[in-house]
Amino acid sequence: MSETTIGGIAGRMPKFIRRADPAVLTAFACIVLLLFVGSLYSRSFLSPEYLLQQLKVASFLGVIATGMMLVILLGQIDLSVPWSVAAGAMMACAAAAYGPVGVALAIPFGIFCGVAIGVVNGIGVAYLRIPSMIITLATNAVAQGLMVVYTGGFSPQDSATRAMRYLATGFAIPGVPNAVVIWALIGAAMVFVLTRTGFGRTVYGIGNRERAAYLSGIDTRRVVLIAFAVSGGLSAFGGVLLAGYASKAAQSMGDAYLLPSIAAVVLGGTSILGGRGSYLGTVAGVILITLLQSILSVMQMPEAGRQIIYGVVIVAMLLLYGRAPASR
Amino acid sequence: MKDWRYWLAEQRGTLLAFGIFIVMFTIYTSNHPAGFTANVVQTASNKGVLLAFVAMAQTLVVITAGIDLSVGMIFLLTNCLASWLVIGTGIETALGVVAVLGTGLLCGAINGAIVIYGRLQPIVTTIATGAVYFGIALLLRPFPGGSVNEDLADAMTGRLFGVVPASLVVLLAVVLVVWVPFSRSVLGRAAYAAGSSEMAAYMSGVPIRRGKFAAYALAGLLAAIGGLFLTFFTYTGEAAYASGNAYTLFSIAAVVLGGVSLFGGKGSAIGAIFGALAFRTIGDLLFVFDFDPLWQPLFQGVILLIAVSLGAFALFRVRNRLEWFL
Amino acid sequence: MDGAVPIFRMEGISKRYGGVRALEKAELSVTSGSIHAILGENGAGKSTLIKVMAGVVAPDEGRMMLDGSEVTFASPAAANQAGIVCIFQELSLVPELSVADNIVISDPPTRFGMIDRKAQRRIAEEALARAGAADIHPLALVKDLPLSRRQMVEIAKALARRPRILILDEATSALTAADVAKIFGVLKRLRSEGLALLYISHRMNEIAELADQCTVFRNGRNVASYAAGSKSDNEVVELMIGREYSHIFPPKPMRAPATAAPVLEARKLSWTDRLDNISLTVGAGEVVGLGGLDGQGQRELLLAFFGVLRGLSGQILIDGKPVAIASPAKARGDRIGMALIPEDRKTEGLMLPMTVRENLSFAALDRLSKAGIIDRAAEQRLIDDMVALLAIKTAGLDIPVGALSGGNQQKVVIAKWLMRQPRIILLNDPTRGIDVGTKQELYQLMRKLADQGAAILFYSTDYDELIGCCDRVLVLYDGAVKRELVGAEITERALIASALNIHGKEMPVSQGADA
Repeated sequence: MSETTIGGIAGRMPKFIRRADPAVLTAFACIVLLLFVGSLYSRSFLSPEYLLQQLKVASFLGVIATGMMLVILLGQIDLSVPWSVAAGAMMACAAAAYGPVGVALAIPFGIFCGVAIGVVNGIGVAYLRIPSMIITLATNAVAQGLMVVYTGGFSPQDSATRAMRYLATGFAIPGVPNAVVIWALIGAAMVFVLTRTGFGRTVYGIGNRERAAYLSGIDTRRVVLIAFAVSGGLSAFGGVLLAGYASKAAQSMGDAYLLPSIAAVVLGGTSILGGRGSYLGTVAGVILITLLQSILSVMQMPEAGRQIIYGVVIVAMLLLYGRAPASR
Repeated sequence: MKDWRYWLAEQRGTLLAFGIFIVMFTIYTSNHPAGFTANVVQTASNKGVLLAFVAMAQTLVVITAGIDLSVGMIFLLTNCLASWLVIGTGIETALGVVAVLGTGLLCGAINGAIVIYGRLQPIVTTIATGAVYFGIALLLRPFPGGSVNEDLADAMTGRLFGVVPASLVVLLAVVLVVWVPFSRSVLGRAAYAAGSSEMAAYMSGVPIRRGKFAAYALAGLLAAIGGLFLTFFTYTGEAAYASGNAYTLFSIAAVVLGGVSLFGGKGSAIGAIFGALAFRTIGDLLFVFDFDPLWQPLFQGVILLIAVSLGAFALFRVRNRLEWFL
Repeated sequence: MDGAVPIFRMEGISKRYGGVRALEKAELSVTSGSIHAILGENGAGKSTLIKVMAGVVAPDEGRMMLDGSEVTFASPAAANQAGIVCIFQELSLVPELSVADNIVISDPPTRFGMIDRKAQRRIAEEALARAGAADIHPLALVKDLPLSRRQMVEIAKALARRPRILILDEATSALTAADVAKIFGVLKRLRSEGLALLYISHRMNEIAELADQCTVFRNGRNVASYAAGSKSDNEVVELMIGREYSHIFPPKPMRAPATAAPVLEARKLSWTDRLDNISLTVGAGEVVGLGGLDGQGQRELLLAFFGVLRGLSGQILIDGKPVAIASPAKARGDRIGMALIPEDRKTEGLMLPMTVRENLSFAALDRLSKAGIIDRAAEQRLIDDMVALLAIKTAGLDIPVGALSGGNQQKVVIAKWLMRQPRIILLNDPTRGIDVGTKQELYQLMRKLADQGAAILFYSTDYDELIGCCDRVLVLYDGAVKRELVGAEITERALIASALNIHGKEMPVSQGADA
């Protein structure tokens, strides 16, 4: 997809699309392209059932990427996603083993564990001013250590509660998987927070220039702390949903979500340097990544090929949109 | 007269890491059932040297105020490549070694080119290239396997004169051949200067870009030496995702323990080597004290967390809060 | 040595930044074996002149002659190559490297491709000795040295490049008296060795002691050259005065400012070596100016009030009560009601990629929100008010603020704070780089706010603004208040003289100002 064709198409489109970020448009164009390629490969690719199934798979990534986006908008990054996801899933399942109260508190407890990880990240980044990639790597390692100790190094035996399974696989609205509804709700909340609240404005402000935000009298450290806590909580919630989807938690279940969540946010046009990006773009990025994964697996592309294609696509997209300005 | 004090101040991080290592290693060997024997030292050095190479690689990039999250994957990729190529006659083996090292150098150079000339953030770039390198490793070795020239492998992992672990000798040789020349070259100084203050370096006409590029490329080379050694120890290649990630993570821990500043411009690969050896020994301490090995990841994670938090103390010296946001 | 033939000449050099002309057909000749002082007030074109000489800035027109042939410098390195080395005010040392590493940084001696540490050490020791700083150990790290020592290293670094023309731009500003004496010895020796030295300083006594030749700049032009010692301080001040002004200022109220109750007060405020025992008061309805040369602690003083600096000693009082202001968040709160228009609007005042609307309401979001949700109608009303009040010219509220002109950007910064209706307004050189029309609007606005009861502390590098806008002016020098000028005392002559810290008999220090 070259930029000129997009420009040409955009010129004939309604105003609200013309004003949209070219990166978001490119992401959506790529989705259309992928659907087209997929339909050549298999007729069923465009069937409603298949698309809904993809949307359901995408919603797990979508929930996790929402938290990642908040952190990236601040110009930071959260590399503790893998074990925040796993900790959320394992702790929710573990709580379920403690009688009816445990079952009732399973989901909040799982999320709480993710928030705790996020708070440690946030304190490190905001108050100790440790680079986010370093402190989040460290908390990721600690979370992993805690989980290994807890589970004894094996996949935990506790299984997901009925509520978790219902959230991940049930249908409250006929025809629409609950996971998709949850993603929609979280997404709507995120859009509301980013566009309508003072907190959202502040996030963009800090991402653009923390110095100016600080001199505007904003308690920037508190905002950063909250953002990391939310990111941790959403990762853990993603883990809870995944555990519900698979009926149980697994050791390395979060590993597969770090790169895709960053990629989804960045491919959706959010600047890795912070301060710029829309949730619509992240939605596009999540769907794009999910479809890419799906097509690669339909084509029986081995894991190796998927990893390579991911990496190359991300670098290529970033070189198009995400470059730092030429210095001097 | 006072020269030695400046030298001491400059090497403080390295010496501290050395001290930690000595203390930890003494505790380790004195509680080890077999005690301080050539065998124990050989095993410990073989394990430690792997991380030491990867930590050296990380040091080079960290000095430029960057970070390389793909070192662990380059390490895996070169391990898998070596399990194909470093085999056969002497000449074939030698060519294989060259090819493996060249691949590492290339991986590092790609990282450097994207970061410096593509102007992308080091962190995202190396996460993405790390995925690519891991993918290639997986292509090479979908399942653990392969083989290596065993004569060479045994020589590299054995003992010289029955006492000195060969792996330590190789580590020393790499320090002398790669690190010392780099750190004393104009490019090495440019890497340090760019990491410390890119603006001042630019004003002084320092070749910033070339210095940084050399650092990234050599980091790839050092990670490849680590990958080669992994093959010598295991005789096989294996694309184990968790292992690659762990090495990346531990390399950061080792670098921090070794007194290298994550903000760039300060530290030495020798410090990082002792940081790596100390980190490994601390991890192994749990075994000699009969702790459940399950506690090892947590223990290592906590050490890492403490290590990265130590740097925050400099924060209390900041008197103008605007300096937080530079 | 024949000092009469100039080795370097600048002819008809002009340089404009946008609409502002920094140099206008400037001329300068430099002769070997002499020290040439350049004088002029803030913004007279001195810095631009030396930047052109040192290859940092390319002139729009004019030519430079070195040894009689025309030269152009594409970069600082090219100028260095030609033997012109400049010591800039902003230090160019790499903090984590040693003194010796820094001294040879642009061209380290090598042996077999590696840096020859012995040779490097030798060069460094030699350069340090030449700079009269042999007490600095070449192995010490630059970051461990105090500012004055770093400045000496900077000088040694310049000498190691074997310059023919050495430019010192305020090179003594961070030095102790003992270092200054040493440096003077060094500079005099260098002069006898045949170097040409250009010396830019605001310290008249230094110039009197050192210079052979002086050139005064005004409005981007060289207005006078004379042999040092042939003019009195007052004559020099006279030469520096006379910038062309076309500003129109609103009338000042005729009441005595002393009657105003102090809203903001500082008692013996000190911070590191930048603020030295500052006491001042600002009353409601009063515009108090901060004068003096750039970089004498004015910026730090404003930041200290706004809660940015740590480790402050002394007291800040609001309405007569001592307060601890630990952050800008606290400073802007209802109890204090302070606003700061920061120095650099592009990095401190605005988020350039964000929209005009988002920037305008950014500092007042807490007041515009209910339960964290922005009341968009209220936001719109207040923004409309502000756009009308300040006559902000923008193509819309939803375009990036970076697309606005400099003057309108500055209006947005001010408007964003006026949305909070602050009682105390701190302004850090708010008119820098904006057009005359907008400047005049800002003067009117400032007076209007004061009339409505705001206490205004106004730092400006433009003396004319201080004269036209302020009820009182405090002149800072080396982090201390050196003089207080009230009402009719605020004249350009008095401002320049006290900024240069000249204590003439005809300029008595008014009581209470010198703490």
